[in-house]
Amino acid sequence: MSTLDIVRAALGRAEDTPDTSGHYGPYGGRYVPETLMAALDELSAAYDAARVDPKFQAELAEYLSEYVGRPTALTFAPRLSARVADQADVNAEQIRIYLKREDLCHTGAHKINNTIGQLILAKALGKTRIIAETGAGQHGVATATAAAFFGLECCIYMGAEDVKRQSLNVFRMKMLGAEVIPVSAGSKTLKDAMNEAIRDWVTNVRTTHYVIGSVAGPHPYPMMVRDFQRVIGVEAKKQFLKKEDGALPDYIVACVGGGSNAMGIFHPFLSEVAEGKVKLVGVEAAGYGLESGKHGAPLALGEPGVLHGSLSYVLQDQFGQIAEAHSISAGLDYPGVGPEHSFFKDEHIAVYGSVTDDEALVGFRDMAETEGILAALESSHAIAYLRKLVADKKEDLKSGEPMRILLCLSGRGDKDVQAIADHLGIELGDGLAPGVKGSGS
Amino acid sequence: MRLSDAFSAASDSGRAALVLYITGCYPDKESFPGILATAAEYADIIEIGIPFSDPLADGPVIQKASEHVLAAGITTDDILDALGALPTPLGKPMAAMGYWNTVFHYGMEAYATRCAEVGISGVILPDLPPEEADEWLEIADAKGIDTVFLVAPTSSDERLQLVAGKARGFVYCVSVTGVTGARTDLPPELGEFVERVRKFTDKPLAVGFGVSTPEHATSVGQMADGVVIGSALLRAIDPAATQEQRLASVRKYLEPIRKALKGD
Repeated sequence: MSTLDIVRAALGRAEDTPDTSGHYGPYGGRYVPETLMAALDELSAAYDAARVDPKFQAELAEYLSEYVGRPTALTFAPRLSARVADQADVNAEQIRIYLKREDLCHTGAHKINNTIGQLILAKALGKTRIIAETGAGQHGVATATAAAFFGLECCIYMGAEDVKRQSLNVFRMKMLGAEVIPVSAGSKTLKDAMNEAIRDWVTNVRTTHYVIGSVAGPHPYPMMVRDFQRVIGVEAKKQFLKKEDGALPDYIVACVGGGSNAMGIFHPFLSEVAEGKVKLVGVEAAGYGLESGKHGAPLALGEPGVLHGSLSYVLQDQFGQIAEAHSISAGLDYPGVGPEHSFFKDEHIAVYGSVTDDEALVGFRDMAETEGILAALESSHAIAYLRKLVADKKEDLKSGEPMRILLCLSGRGDKDVQAIADHLGIELGDGLAPGVKGSGS
Repeated sequence: MRLSDAFSAASDSGRAALVLYITGCYPDKESFPGILATAAEYADIIEIGIPFSDPLADGPVIQKASEHVLAAGITTDDILDALGALPTPLGKPMAAMGYWNTVFHYGMEAYATRCAEVGISGVILPDLPPEEADEWLEIADAKGIDTVFLVAPTSSDERLQLVAGKARGFVYCVSVTGVTGARTDLPPELGEFVERVRKFTDKPLAVGFGVSTPEHATSVGQMADGVVIGSALLRAIDPAATQEQRLASVRKYLEPIRKALKGD
């Protein structure tokens, strides 16, 4: 399959969700100020046309292959598999973990699959200015990168707290020519950045395209972002079948903040899920622990509500005020989730677990020490969940067949080293961090 | 009292209706009824803001007021209770303006019931477009509560038609492409926009967002049936001032606005 074939397969999905007004069961829809409704109609029409337009598909395929670096590798992780097996006290050969390497995309995460697609559309719509919200900064960097690539003005909204946590990414965005606006309202994180980006869009909608970075927001964003990220799953499926001699993964595991990398890797497997051959596992951020009340797990503990333009599970109080989320990972520090994930949860199409900050750090170390990959803290949640998954499903291994797991390694962790050092109480700076061997002092 | 009665009454005296917005229980529970009563002397309709943690359609002034009351622990129930327990009735119809999640999560039936009990005649839900409103409309209609929809300069003729078909009470015309908040100038194409909306509905049209000065009020009052003022009024209410100072400041701000509406 060429990149063009993969793009065609990704955009040409057969599933009939959402309905024409953007609903996934009761979820999704459009709950935005009237000022934006015309722009959403315009965007929907443009996307519907582009999706089946050979010229658009060819342009997207060209950029994904020549600029983003797709297809990304599917890497067998034997030492990680052995460690996970060891922790669950099962035979090492019985666990076969594969990593879908979105960390190898240009800019270091899957986010750019979507920003390139949306910017081709924005140009076609005649928009001259691009805005985006960002949490960890990965989507901001991916948007700033694509804006530089296409020569468009770019403005990124980022919570003031995240600006502090992710100073490296802030600097990257600035070097890419974007303006970064810190948002000091509310919890000063992703949710507040998104509020401010929407306010900007309401004000400048005639000239501006808003690049939402996840499968969230008003219709058509959850559908469109999903479709642009479906390339992950389409590639992974083909690669997996080849490497495992026609066997499918038993489990597909991905972290869920808004949920775009998860939806991207899950969605092309839906017919196999329906046949009971593949199971989908999303991993939310449990922060300090679900019982602490400080987490980012709306699918576990939220209730249906409207945040940022769509109906979905949301962390909120009894009067519908949105609660503050918490996660060590800025990309999962969000009180909402994409509406299709809410639908998947209710319909048991996927199951959703969670992992605490501390567990995620263990996942980070597991990956670094066994495979030589620094994974993003977001992806580290998915990695950390592997132990729980294998321990829970030990019974399945009695058949003698190995357990095959496809893990979405959504991004690389270079951006997180400062946050991890802070969490561990290690001061980076002059000389070497404690515990690191070396001849210098 | 229905919202439409207020428009008819104002129109009978040859002027546009004045719709004033105040965030519920702002600046605090104790001072709110007094401020409300004072504003009601000048208003034809009072809009009560139900604060939401993530007010997408609001600019800095209303955001700050919402954060202020939420930080003080004020809930939707506190505000509705306060309206139900006003020492003297306002004598003017009230509309509750709030974001959809506060209604959705409260429970549509329970919210409509409670609104009716405390004397609220209408609701304004800036993030509930008519496409998503059918279930709510049925419930609100049954309780005699008017659901006011918003239209914007970016609304296509098709959307104006759609909104007009579902409009109750009045149609809220958003003057600018933007969020709430005072602006120096009104957009030059405002008159044209209001005329375009009028082609689709015979409901009263009220213009809001960015209206703050007596000059604005005069100009909007000539093109529309109602003038909505929110942020500029909130700015006149200083949480740090005494209640006496606040009431004086509200009067000082509203006096010339009200005069400016007497065009004849």
